[in-house]
Amino acid sequence: MPHINLPKEFPGIRSLFMFRPETAAPLNHLVQTLLHNPHPSLSAGERELIATYVSGLNTCKYCCSIHGAIAQHQLGNNAQIVKQVLDNPDTAPISSKLKALLKIAAKVQSGGKNVIASDIDLARNEGATDIEIHDTVLIAAAFCMYNRYVDGLATWQPDDAALYDKMGEQRAREGYLTAPFKVTEVTDTINS
Amino acid sequence: MAHIKLLNEELPGIVGLLNYRPETGKPLTDLAEVLLRGPSSLSSGEREIIAASVSYWNGCHFCHTSHAAAAAAHLKSGLSLIDDIKAGLPQTPVSDKLRALLHIAHQVQRNGKNVTEEDITETREFGATDIEIHDTVLIAAAFCMYNRYVDGLGTWAPGPNEAYAEMGERMAHVGYGKF
Repeated sequence: MPHINLPKEFPGIRSLFMFRPETAAPLNHLVQTLLHNPHPSLSAGERELIATYVSGLNTCKYCCSIHGAIAQHQLGNNAQIVKQVLDNPDTAPISSKLKALLKIAAKVQSGGKNVIASDIDLARNEGATDIEIHDTVLIAAAFCMYNRYVDGLATWQPDDAALYDKMGEQRAREGYLTAPFKVTEVTDTINS
Repeated sequence: MAHIKLLNEELPGIVGLLNYRPETGKPLTDLAEVLLRGPSSLSSGEREIIAASVSYWNGCHFCHTSHAAAAAAHLKSGLSLIDDIKAGLPQTPVSDKLRALLHIAHQVQRNGKNVTEEDITETREFGATDIEIHDTVLIAAAFCMYNRYVDGLGTWAPGPNEAYAEMGERMAHVGYGKF
């Protein structure tokens, strides 16, 4: 049960967005900018994989499941690649540049100061630009926030994979700023 | 020197990063403004103490010192508050409710799942409301982001406490994203 009285129709961060619209607005604009808006060189799928990976390291079930589902839909409905990144990025079928960026993301997750010059050099040698390094660090840092927010208030985090798939498909298509489904309605759709 | 080439390398800490990438700078400063200066039953001084304490626990010198200086500006306590936060606030008058909220913030700093039912119950016994608990968790979580952003890109920060006095005054009384 959540630590505070949250709306029951919405899981995870969506229940928190409903509870406190004043903070929801900048939080939602940040994720829209980082993960969905056009980027000079990183695809939405690549950025979602970084968010999913960091959420996995922080063991946040809701964030890892929903961003994994969004990544899957951004990557041509490829669930396998998401699973492989979560298992071990080094052996996943992703670019060497993304592997180097995921190493930086993991360092950020364990503490910002853990990122050292050789981590940056490795990413640069694989072709990473300054803005890619910047955005990777900020995506990793931001998910150290979202994950703590979602877990720290003990939000409802469903186990239903079909539900995450449905929500992920919506977010991949529409971005983050449109209204969420009520989960009861989503469940009805899945079961119909 | 920062890990990436900033547009203005004289700007310290997060200031140089907000200037480098205004698209992300806007929601980041909007979030700080609403969390630390927006309408709340917690004073801005109390909220800045939470932000500064979390930043200290994360080892982020720039965020700890600048937000402690902002707390000092709100509370008119003098810059000794910066070091008092490091020591767990032995010299600063702090309500039992704020001490309980700081404990929740410390749990969040380690991992969100560390917050227990008992932590919440104790905080409620000192009069904390749902929205105060919510905002404390989100302030703590947000500084786990800001701190990693500032340190993860290797930004520079002024050393001594006195170097943050004017910045703290502006953060407290002008606001975020406005200077």
